[in-house]
Amino acid sequence: MVNEGREIEYFMKIRQVVEELSLSVLAGEDFLEQEVHWGYCCDLLSRVMSKGKKGGLWITVQTHMNIVAVAVLTEIACIVIPEGIQVEEEVLKKAENEGVVILSSDMTAFELAGKLYKMGIGPWSE
Amino acid sequence: MMTSRNHIMEQVYTVEAGNFVLAGEASGQIKKVLKQLGVDSNIVRRVTVAAYEAEMNMVIHSVGGELILKVTPERITVTARDRGPGIPDIGLAMQEGYSTAPEIARELGFGAGMGLPNIKRCADSLNMQSKVGEGTILEAYFDIKAR
Repeated sequence: MVNEGREIEYFMKIRQVVEELSLSVLAGEDFLEQEVHWGYCCDLLSRVMSKGKKGGLWITVQTHMNIVAVAVLTEIACIVIPEGIQVEEEVLKKAENEGVVILSSDMTAFELAGKLYKMGIGPWSE
Repeated sequence: MMTSRNHIMEQVYTVEAGNFVLAGEASGQIKKVLKQLGVDSNIVRRVTVAAYEAEMNMVIHSVGGELILKVTPERITVTARDRGPGIPDIGLAMQEGYSTAPEIARELGFGAGMGLPNIKRCADSLNMQSKVGEGTILEAYFDIKAR
């Protein structure tokens, strides 16, 4: 269903991404078998709402409750919070309840995106 | 809240002004309902994005309002109705990048001036009326069989 015209659709399991980039799992431990097909890096929620796609990995420094809503509504597979930014417990609880994976890294968004791109995760195709 | 008569379903969700914690709940509910009804996933996605943007607009800009989902076999209507303050210039508000969102909303990643343009892009048609001092009513229509 996320295969939109491309012959071979590359993806990784969230678990592989977590392992390769040594990410911390803040929420959604039970959902790491989901597939990551695309990456997107943005802190403006409306942009993410308009572009976000199923099977996406979304890097953002935003950590408030609405990132969970955006992920649920767009069916983005996981959110990655860069620079070791703390996420409040209520947000993590909400994510857990909604089945949204939240990951964390000490790397910057730039480094994370660069590494993911090298690993074969590309941008969303229109 | 929910009526089901002659294949018409209507649901009303209250949207609280300034409540960024609850924001997104109503559109989340709308998504669940449409999925349960077995609506095509592409339509569900478009309705959900439009509902979310309309909900956020009311959270950020209005004094409070409601989001109404209406489903018939032919089409889905999302109505956002608030109690003010009203939009002085709808044409300007529709322009991508134009925003009057306060700093607090911008810090949370809102106020990119994409809300109404996103709704317009997602919906098959859009009707919007506003009166300063009274309120705004936005109706977004989605054809179930088209596209």
